[in-house]
Amino acid sequence: MKEIRIHARAGQGAITTAYLLGYAYFLKGMYPYAFPHFGAARMGAPMNAFVRVDSRPIRLRSQIYEPDYVLVVDPTLMRGFNCFSGLKEDGVVIINDKEGAEIPKLKAKQKVFLVPANDIAMRTIGRPLGNTALIGGFAAATGELDRDTLLEVVKKRFSGKAQEGNIQAIKEGYEYIKGVLK
Amino acid sequence: MREFVEGSQAIAEIVKLCRPGVISAYPITPQTHIVEALAQMVADGELSCQFVNVESEHSAASVVLGASATGVRAFTATSSQGLLYMAEVLFNISGLRLPLVMTCANRAISAPINIWNDQQDSISLRDSGWVQLYAENNQEAVDFHLMAYRIAEDKSIMLPVMVCMDGFILTHGMEPVDMPEQEKVDKFLPPYKPLYKLDPANPLTMGLLADPDYYLETRFAIQETFKDLLKFIPKVNEEFKNHFGRDYKDGLVEEYYVKDAEKVIVAMGSVCGTIKQVVDGLRAKGKKVGLLKIISYRPFPYARVYEILKDVPRVAVLDKAVSLGGYAPVAVEVKAAFCGKKKAPKVISSFIAGLGGRDITLESIKEVFAKLTQREINLEFIDLKPELIKEEYGE
Repeated sequence: MKEIRIHARAGQGAITTAYLLGYAYFLKGMYPYAFPHFGAARMGAPMNAFVRVDSRPIRLRSQIYEPDYVLVVDPTLMRGFNCFSGLKEDGVVIINDKEGAEIPKLKAKQKVFLVPANDIAMRTIGRPLGNTALIGGFAAATGELDRDTLLEVVKKRFSGKAQEGNIQAIKEGYEYIKGVLK
Repeated sequence: MREFVEGSQAIAEIVKLCRPGVISAYPITPQTHIVEALAQMVADGELSCQFVNVESEHSAASVVLGASATGVRAFTATSSQGLLYMAEVLFNISGLRLPLVMTCANRAISAPINIWNDQQDSISLRDSGWVQLYAENNQEAVDFHLMAYRIAEDKSIMLPVMVCMDGFILTHGMEPVDMPEQEKVDKFLPPYKPLYKLDPANPLTMGLLADPDYYLETRFAIQETFKDLLKFIPKVNEEFKNHFGRDYKDGLVEEYYVKDAEKVIVAMGSVCGTIKQVVDGLRAKGKKVGLLKIISYRPFPYARVYEILKDVPRVAVLDKAVSLGGYAPVAVEVKAAFCGKKKAPKVISSFIAGLGGRDITLESIKEVFAKLTQREINLEFIDLKPELIKEEYGE
């Protein structure tokens, strides 16, 4: 079983992000369970979305406290929250690098990747929604998902200009991390 | 076909496949996505149905009552305050023997206001004459809706069914669901043929005054039908298995490692998944633990619960609702199943968890098993924060 925790603010597309990741795992023949948890239930309030996935149906319905992976959609959340609480010893963190986000100090085997996801999103989608660039980076950093599976999922979820933009965002997020790893 | 889909979307899909003629609803979190999706289907012409927008849940319930009385298959959905606001109409619906189906996206009740999940809303409508089925996951939620119409509309039953699914956890949870094909749904669920209907060409009165000479028998009749439901629900589940291949056994309860168990938790809804996870972990360590999932809370399957638990030494009932000033709502039924019987568990302890969306974790469930000792516990709240319950009286 693998567990992903997404930190964002309500309205930043974290649920869609969880959906896209879940759908990609589903296409791989896995059993994902993707779900949100709202805080104050209003735009801009900190919230989480989660993806739990296994090779058999997921039954555990609690939130995720010991994630394998953490995605930080809004790095300003790192000021008030420990976004990395419970992260596995060899866990991987993907952070949207905007407004000079500081890289947190983590344990020896844990890895942190910064993706300029909002810059990519502004270029490709025209709005500061870095989610798809971030999951492109996630795929490259962790090897959990193929880039092409993510593209297929985006094609199912979006149409028209949004589809084009998000496809490009995934590609750029993916290539950015591939470049870092070289 | 297996799809990766949000619970609410899956419910909208299955309701569409059931071909309702009238839908009326008022949006409330966390039910909203269900009725939004249905409204979209109607607007897009995918579903030939009248969608009636109303100003309140009381009116939504009244609209579907009226629709059903004219012989049309109808649907509504709500949560929390919305369900309470429907309350008087819900009693009318069952009293009129109208076979409606509704989704309750389970949510806590105000005050204080809280949009998150527990089961206080539907539990509080326990005595309304509606069948109540609780889903563990979105596949069950989908399948139970389909069976709900079959159960409700059978001439031997003619009672409304409420399918309860945990708000957010299931309604907003996305997971794989096997969605049945229209053709198979049509075979399983033929068009609704009412016994009586409101029709200007053939006038009749429904819900007229029943004075003391008549009222008592109407309640007796409903109570008798609830007894029949204990046999009829298993029959519909058998038919469902033959049509769709998914086997919910009798459709009243699910046993999970109960046979040789020394400790069993009884619970309803999505928390049963979390409990199964803990049972697997403890079984791997050689602990004899199990789960009894209650699917049908109304009718409550007392005889089944008795048979299944009579030789289990220790039972814990985990409620996600309270009956303030009384025993917990599921616990009271489990205890009643053994009252005056020859055999009974030595201990039936009662725990409350998850109110207002307090997360029920693996640790919460392990704690329940750990506290299920020889000493019977009643109404213990799991995961209480002691720092929040200091008494303060001010000046």
